[in-house]
Amino acid sequence: MAFVTANWNPLGEAFYRKIELYEMGWNLRDGLRDCLVAAAPYGGPIALLKEPQRRSPSARPQLEIYSSSGVSMASFAWKSGPVKQLGWTVSDDLLCVQEDGTVLIYDLFGGFKRHFSMGNEVLQNHVMEAKVFHSPYGTGVAIITGAFRFTLATNIDDLKLRRLPEIPGLQGAPSCWAVLTQDRQSKVLLANGVDLFILDNTACTPVTPPGLSPQANSIVHMTVSFSYKYLALFTDSGHVWMGPTNLKDKLSEVETKVRTPPRQMVWCRRPKSQQPSVVIMWDRHLLVAGECKDTIQAGLSTVAVSVLDPMFGYHLDDESVLVPELDGVRIISGTHHELLQEVPAACEEIFKIASMAPGALLLEAHKEYEKESQKADEYLREIKEQSLLGEAVRQCVEAAGYEHEPETQKSLLRAASFGKCFLSNFPPEQFVSMCRDLRVLNAVREYTVGIPLTHSQYKQMTVQVLIDRLVYRKLYPLAIEICRYLKTPEYQGVSRVLKHWACCKVQQKEEADEVIARAVSVKLGEAAGISYSEIAAGAYECGRTELAIKLLEFEPRSGEQVPLLLKMKRSQLALSKAIESGDTDLVYTVVTYLKNEMNRGDFFMTLRNQPVALSLYRQFCKYQEQDTLKDLFNQDDDHQELGNFYVRASYQEGKLEARLSLLQSAVDEYNKAKNEFAAKATEEEMRLLRFQRRVEEEKGERVLGYSLQDTMHCLLAAGLHKQAEQLYKDFRVPDKRYWWLKLSALAEKEDWDELEKFAKSKKSPIGYLPFVEVCVKHHNKYEAKKYVSKVNPEQKVKAHLAVGELEGAAEAAIERRSEPEISLVLSRCSPATDSAILDRLNRARATATKK
Amino acid sequence: MISLADRKMAAHLSYGRVNLNILREAARKELREFLDKCAGSKAIVWDEYLTGPFGLIAQYSLLKEHEVEKMFTLKGGRLPAADVKNIIFFVRPRLELMDIIAENVISEDKLRSPRDFHILFVPRHSLLCEQRLKEQGVLGSFINIDEYILDLIPYDGDLLSMESESAFRECYLESDQTSLYHTAKGLMTLQALYGTIPQIFGKGECARHVANMMLRMKREFAGSQTQILPVFDTLLLLDRNVDLLTPLATQLTYEGLIDEIYGITNGYVKLPPEKFAQKKQGEGGKDLPNEPKKLQLNSAEELYAEIRDKNFNAVGAALSKKAKIISAAFEERHNAKTVGEIKQFVSQLPHMQAARSSLANHTSIAELIKDITTSEAFFDNLTVEQEFMTGVDTDKVNTYIEDSIAQKDPLIKILRLVCMQSVCNNGLKQKVLDHYKREILQTYGYEHILTLSNLEKTGLLKPQTGTRNSYPTIRKTLKLWMEDANEQNPNDISYVYSGYAPLSVRLTQLLARPGWRSIEEVLKMLPGPHFEERQQLPAGLHKKRQQGENRTTLVFFLGGVTYAEIAALRFLSQMEDGGTEYIIATTKLINGTSWVKSLMDRLETLPF
Repeated sequence: MAFVTANWNPLGEAFYRKIELYEMGWNLRDGLRDCLVAAAPYGGPIALLKEPQRRSPSARPQLEIYSSSGVSMASFAWKSGPVKQLGWTVSDDLLCVQEDGTVLIYDLFGGFKRHFSMGNEVLQNHVMEAKVFHSPYGTGVAIITGAFRFTLATNIDDLKLRRLPEIPGLQGAPSCWAVLTQDRQSKVLLANGVDLFILDNTACTPVTPPGLSPQANSIVHMTVSFSYKYLALFTDSGHVWMGPTNLKDKLSEVETKVRTPPRQMVWCRRPKSQQPSVVIMWDRHLLVAGECKDTIQAGLSTVAVSVLDPMFGYHLDDESVLVPELDGVRIISGTHHELLQEVPAACEEIFKIASMAPGALLLEAHKEYEKESQKADEYLREIKEQSLLGEAVRQCVEAAGYEHEPETQKSLLRAASFGKCFLSNFPPEQFVSMCRDLRVLNAVREYTVGIPLTHSQYKQMTVQVLIDRLVYRKLYPLAIEICRYLKTPEYQGVSRVLKHWACCKVQQKEEADEVIARAVSVKLGEAAGISYSEIAAGAYECGRTELAIKLLEFEPRSGEQVPLLLKMKRSQLALSKAIESGDTDLVYTVVTYLKNEMNRGDFFMTLRNQPVALSLYRQFCKYQEQDTLKDLFNQDDDHQELGNFYVRASYQEGKLEARLSLLQSAVDEYNKAKNEFAAKATEEEMRLLRFQRRVEEEKGERVLGYSLQDTMHCLLAAGLHKQAEQLYKDFRVPDKRYWWLKLSALAEKEDWDELEKFAKSKKSPIGYLPFVEVCVKHHNKYEAKKYVSKVNPEQKVKAHLAVGELEGAAEAAIERRSEPEISLVLSRCSPATDSAILDRLNRARATATKK
Repeated sequence: MISLADRKMAAHLSYGRVNLNILREAARKELREFLDKCAGSKAIVWDEYLTGPFGLIAQYSLLKEHEVEKMFTLKGGRLPAADVKNIIFFVRPRLELMDIIAENVISEDKLRSPRDFHILFVPRHSLLCEQRLKEQGVLGSFINIDEYILDLIPYDGDLLSMESESAFRECYLESDQTSLYHTAKGLMTLQALYGTIPQIFGKGECARHVANMMLRMKREFAGSQTQILPVFDTLLLLDRNVDLLTPLATQLTYEGLIDEIYGITNGYVKLPPEKFAQKKQGEGGKDLPNEPKKLQLNSAEELYAEIRDKNFNAVGAALSKKAKIISAAFEERHNAKTVGEIKQFVSQLPHMQAARSSLANHTSIAELIKDITTSEAFFDNLTVEQEFMTGVDTDKVNTYIEDSIAQKDPLIKILRLVCMQSVCNNGLKQKVLDHYKREILQTYGYEHILTLSNLEKTGLLKPQTGTRNSYPTIRKTLKLWMEDANEQNPNDISYVYSGYAPLSVRLTQLLARPGWRSIEEVLKMLPGPHFEERQQLPAGLHKKRQQGENRTTLVFFLGGVTYAEIAALRFLSQMEDGGTEYIIATTKLINGTSWVKSLMDRLETLPF
């Protein structure tokens, strides 16, 4: 504790520190020499491929996967082609880029997942160099081929290969290159000698870094920061140029005095820090270069600080690899795993020698308090006098988050807790959540888990992702513990972990279906929102159909069960589940599937037992397969519907004979259905059609297809009274309707003589008011008046009014002593009306009302 | 990005007891998200049926903001030329539409720069349709295939509709329960936004089915429950076939009559233009507009909100009262003396002018309607309807119907009357029924045998079976006929049909008070089961009711609801001691004509 600052190095305004994360658990005979190494950011796994160039079939290179602490997770002999590059995806899958442009994807435990190709051009010209990069769109791969052309895939899960344009004037390989993400697009930045170019989808644009040292003849190395915001260039003159990736200005340029091209160079920055700095590695030498105005140079073995140098260095005992993180750089060697980072401001304030910052004083006060010394009070007083106690607590809590050693964390948190006692109304959230976060972080940093996350990284990646990572590593119990500890909602937390556990469980071939199903149901029983169908799908994928069916029974969402049941050829079951879900589209889907799968007889039988499916299928057939519809009705002996079917079909026929024959089928079916009315009506229809044809043939009157009423109307209008009469008798048309019909037909024809004859033929079954009204409608009041006298007394008033005889109407109304009728007549009177009539009406109304 | 105009458009959705604008906003958000998924300029190809319902959710301005540059109607052949990056098909999941889309995609000009295709299924994605696209070999051509879950569309401040025209036909005639599935899904969405509804009541087979699906879905989504304080206390699911009578009767409220006579579609009505002709000087009489006048009808219009639910006989008085108020307001200007007063007057001017033009519109509409309601034909028809509803001579052949057939009045009018007689008599004597059917077939054509068969299958038309006619008992117990209906100042829901109280609404009213237990006997006479379900609320979400606070009930009409029924429910909401406020949801807003039409089998007859 007392030596917290022992590993600090000052650079510019800030200090840098190197913390040991792990002593590596692996046992590598030759360290990292001759190895292709890929370590995933956020404390991810490490992949090693030893001697990737060795191609003799007898001695295949070994691919090994370790956790960050060097615990082995997988190891197998590499049997595919020569590998140019290894890299990790955002979901902890390993990408192996082969020389021929094939990219193979493995999971954390070395299980092969899939592969894809980077295209023909890559296949022909081979991969010269490849880089795996991360962007907001996922994990990407960039390749430069032997023909010096770039091919890029921004997201390997949604593979869209882009071949970037040619670089003008490029004769050989570029001296160095890097992938940038700018304006929502991935681009390549490359150097050819001292010239820089940006390659995007469409163009190759030359760019110049402002203020690059004129001594430089070539840019030999470059690196882009974790956030893609900053760029560092290393020149053959030994200069390091640092600036933003948009190349608008320069942050710093440092002369390293080393002219050998470095093995690796990475940015070492923490978010919001003002301090630009890059870490440069040669074989055994590590250099941290910062701002020019105040620099540090280090000797070769131990740290020596010279105040004026913009850099300092470390000696490396062993071949190492640098892994950039968002708040520092991890250094992995054959034996150790360290973190190099800028000392966070809160830690610097507290631990800097002779610091008088409130946090530092609070930590001191607490130390004295534990020693039961009264000095504690003095320190506290000093802070309180400046009203900085709140600030002090906040500083201690924040600093605890940055510390790696649980002991240091504890002492800082204890100090914070101690300080809090002297504050009222201090919000507890920050303290509480920091305690929680650290508990989680310490658990995952633990050697056996081996995820050395910093607090900043943890906040950036979120708990959700951390849980996912633990799940990928099959650390289910720990994941569940964390979910429960953080009270993550079940749906996103425990249930999700359990689902992954179950998916993994079903792959255990040695256990019996029964045992697994029971184990799964017991564990998952209580958890909410579990998708059993996904688990079942997992079981089915590894060939365990029976187990899948057993698991599906636990699925509460019947709709979810259907696709898998179909895939497993359990179509009957799928049908009942689809019906249960109420989702008719799903029922349709299963029905279509069944139709293709079964013979017709079985298919119909199946439907017969499922009325819901049957009626849906009928609907489908009605629009899509008329013939099948008929078969369905036949099977059910549904004669009524068959009758309707034939009727419907008959109207699609343009030929009379064909229509008649379909209608005859309809009649037969209606008879079988004992629907006498429909059978008779259809027979009538056939009779009418035949009659119509005859009329057309004999009289040339177009009536085919008309209704009975319209046919008669037509005939009457054409003067074919005999034929109309015949229909009237044959079809037993009610007198009333026939009279109405003949009346309007004759009036329309203005055949007034015939109308009069008709009126006199016998007593009208509809009375004579219609005669009056129809004549008026056809503007013949003269004819209308002929019938007024025949109208029965109840309707006489109306009749008189219709022909405009006010006086007659008045007479009739008064005679009938009907108040409403008298009022009706009155309402039709105008100022021009004879006043005598008016008087009589009014008087009559008075008496009628009195009654 | 919501334009101001648009926000104003939907303001009427927020004023009710339940803010239905939340639902609309959720729907709009989803639409925007989908549009943004297809980056670049776009053209939308519409399934024409959807344009109306979509109009209730988003105006063209919203689409335009998201780079929609062109709109086409879906039809066969090649797509019209449009220089856009994306072509998006907005379609219902129907196989016949998939065939048209396939044709569009296949005949796309290969030489032009390629356009990206997308499909948006409304209201739900369909595997069956995808399968069809696959068979047609075009499935791979689509970049995005998405669904736009548009089940319940906010139609007015207290009204949700699925705008599904054929729902009744599908459910009761074709045993296709797709729309019920959508109903259940829609109610789940509603509950996600407005909290779990603790009590569910229902009457009818479809109601039972929907409730079952809802309860099942709730189990399926266990664990993802939203912690929202329930807005609705009760859900009442009603099958349309529990009350077949009401839609057959002619609605006598203002809005109901507009719908009966002119038809309201998706909140708009088209009216004959003559009465709306602007009299401009010097233009003469020859420039009468021939385009029908299109008006939007909803509660955003103050005057309309006031009169829509009144019996038409009370509308005239309301309009003239309003006219006086408005002219008095305009007269105020003479009293405005000081600058301040004038300023005040001017600031109110736009509102007053809007009120005046609204008054002019509704006066014209009322005149149009009055011409019809005062006609003899309307009166005779109404008289027969009322006779049937009061049980006069329902067992005999009706002369008016016979005469109407003989004069070949519109078939739908005849069908409405015959069905009404059948419903009011709990079925017609075989002889009477056959007589009507024969008359119809002989007059209108034998092809209507299929329509008659459909009406029989749905129970609208049926032969009397041995049992006693139960309609009089139902009428008396539920007080469906009120002799002294007060049209001007109603005290009972029966004012909406000038005497007849809609059965569906009576059931709703009795459920709230005193409860259905009191009418068990009558409920048993009506088709389908009646039931009650309770949904467990998450701990801590139990509402503590304030004293005098009203309950909120969502009444869902499965198979359609009429404007008169809505008016009756609104009347109940406003009753001072009612204690319950109603929000109405339905598969579709219907009237007798549109309803019977949906049940007709219209054959495309091949001519000889």
